[in-house]
Amino acid sequence: MKQLSIFIENKQGTLLTVLNVLKNANIQIIASTISDTQDFGIYRIICDDPERAYVVLGEQGVSVTLTEVFAIQLEDKPGEAARVLALFAEADISIAYMYSFLLSGKGILVFRSSDTEKTKQVIADKSLQEFC
Amino acid sequence: MDINSPYFHPEYETLSREEIGKLQTNRLQETIKRCSQVPFYAQKFKEMGIKPEDIASPEDIRKLPFTTKQDLRDTYPFGLAAVPLSDCVRLHSSSGTTGNPTVILHTQNDLDEWANQVARNLWMVGLRPDDVFQNSSGYGMFTGGLGFQYGAERMGMLTVPAAAGNSLRQIKFIKDFGTTAIHAVPSYLTRLYEVMQEQGVDPRTDTNLRVFAIGAEPHSEEQRQRIENMFGVKAYNSFGMSEMCGPGVGFECQEQNGLHFWEDYYIVEIVNPETLEPVPDGEIGELVLTTLRREAMPLIRYRTRDLTRVLGRSCPCGRNHVRIDRMKGRSDDMIVLRGVNIFPIQIEKILMTFPELASNYLITLSTDNDNDNMTVEVELAEMFTDDYARLHSLTKNLTRALKDEILLTPIVKLVPKGSLPVSEGKAVRVVDKRKVYL
Repeated sequence: MKQLSIFIENKQGTLLTVLNVLKNANIQIIASTISDTQDFGIYRIICDDPERAYVVLGEQGVSVTLTEVFAIQLEDKPGEAARVLALFAEADISIAYMYSFLLSGKGILVFRSSDTEKTKQVIADKSLQEFC
Repeated sequence: MDINSPYFHPEYETLSREEIGKLQTNRLQETIKRCSQVPFYAQKFKEMGIKPEDIASPEDIRKLPFTTKQDLRDTYPFGLAAVPLSDCVRLHSSSGTTGNPTVILHTQNDLDEWANQVARNLWMVGLRPDDVFQNSSGYGMFTGGLGFQYGAERMGMLTVPAAAGNSLRQIKFIKDFGTTAIHAVPSYLTRLYEVMQEQGVDPRTDTNLRVFAIGAEPHSEEQRQRIENMFGVKAYNSFGMSEMCGPGVGFECQEQNGLHFWEDYYIVEIVNPETLEPVPDGEIGELVLTTLRREAMPLIRYRTRDLTRVLGRSCPCGRNHVRIDRMKGRSDDMIVLRGVNIFPIQIEKILMTFPELASNYLITLSTDNDNDNMTVEVELAEMFTDDYARLHSLTKNLTRALKDEILLTPIVKLVPKGSLPVSEGKAVRVVDKRKVYL
C-alpha cells in the first residue's frame, strides 16, 4: 500500500500547512505518524487517495514522496501483533518502522520491512490479509 | 634600546603629519621605481603615463592604478615579484580555494621590516624584553604565527611558539613559563578561559598574564571588554594581512581608540568601493593600502575589501600615524569566521555536487555561547527517501564535504524545497547575526 512520506522542517505551522492542503483537496487521512524530531522529521500518512495527495502536495511545494509499505489486517484481540511479527522475525526480516491503528473493528499494522520480496512471500505463505 | 621610552622607533613613531607626508612622498617614488621592474605594473604605468617624478605628495597616489586580489591570482605564482627569486627568502601562500592561491614573497629585508613593525606594536602596548610572549596562533602559511614570532623575538621577549589549540598544554605553559602576553584569535581566548575555569585556574591570581594581542577575526568592542574582564588582562586589537606582510600593519596603542596604521610603511586610503573616490575622514569606505618598504612584492593601492574609517590623525600617545577603526565589514562577500576566510561560492560549489539538494541555500553566522558558528540551510531537491538514516547520512556527508572545503565545521540543516528566499537577481545568501562590527 502507498504511504505519503513528507519532509517536515521542525518549525511551528509546518504540519498544519500539509493538513490544510489535504483538507482543501478533500482527502481523508486514515492514519499518520511523526516522531520526535531535531531539525526535521518525516511525516508519514495513510490516506484514502495517496496518488492524488502526492500530486496536490507537490503542487503546493511540499517535499513529498510515495513509499510502498505493508499494511496487515489483524483481529482486534490481544497478541495479534506479536503473532504476526514473530512470523517476520522467523524469516529474518527486520522492521524499519511500524505504526498501527484500528479501523472498523480491525487492527491495521503498517510497516516498512528490510526485504520487500521476502515479506510478500511470508504474507502469501502465512495467508496474512493485507489492508487496501 | 631605552626600556623607559614609550617608543620602539621614536624617530618614526613621533613624526609630525608634515614629516610623515615628506617621508611617504620619497618612499612612494622608490616604490614606483621598484614596481617598474614588474611587467604587470610597468605596463600600467606606461599606459597611464606615470613616472616616479610625478609624485610630489602622498595625495598623488590617486594617479596610480589599483591592485586587486584577482591580480595576485592572475599573476600566480611569481608574476608580481620585483626582485629575482634568488633574492627572496620566504613565501607565504593563501589556500586558494576560490581559484589560484595568492603568493606573497619576502626578501630578508622584508622579513626584518615586518619583524620591526610587530616589535614596535608590542612595545607600544607596554611589553618589554623581560616579558614572556606565548604565540597561540596557527603557524605555517598563516602569517600570524611566524609574524608574531619574529616580531616578539626582535623586541627581545622570550617567545613561546605554542601554536593554536591544546588548551591544557597552553595553560601549563602559561603557568610554568610565567607567560605575560598571548597572541590569539579572540574566540580562542574565550575558549581558553572556559578550560581554565574547568581546571580551577584563576588567571588573575594563578598567572602573570597582562597583555593580549587579538586579531585575524572580526570582533566587537563588547567582546574585547568581555575578554579583558574575564582575565583581568588588557586586549589590544591587531590588524594585518599577508598581502602587506602579515600582522603588524596596524595596532592599537594603550589608548585603545583605533589602530595606528604605520604610515612610514604604508599609504592608507579609504575609498568609496563603488566610485573608488576617497571618502572624508570619519566616513566608512574600503581600506586601500600601498606598501612603501616592501622589496620582493611591492603592491600599489591594494584593495583590501575591508570596510572601515579614519578616526583621527593624532593621539594622546604622541603618535600621529592615522588611527583606523576596527573593521566594519567587507565590500565583497568574503566571510571571516574564527580567523578563516570563506567565500560563499566555496559552499555553493560543494552543494552542487549533491544531486539530492536544490540550488537555494542560506548561510547564517551567529554567536552562540561566545562561539561564532556558521549554519548552512539548504533545500532538498526532492523528497528522495522515506528513511531517516539516509537523510542523516546526507547531512553528515555534506558537513564533511563542507569542512574539507572551508576548514570549519558548519551546522548543516536540510529544509524543504521552496522554504528559503528565492534568488531574484542577487540573492541574499549570507545573514550575519554575530556580535561583531559594533
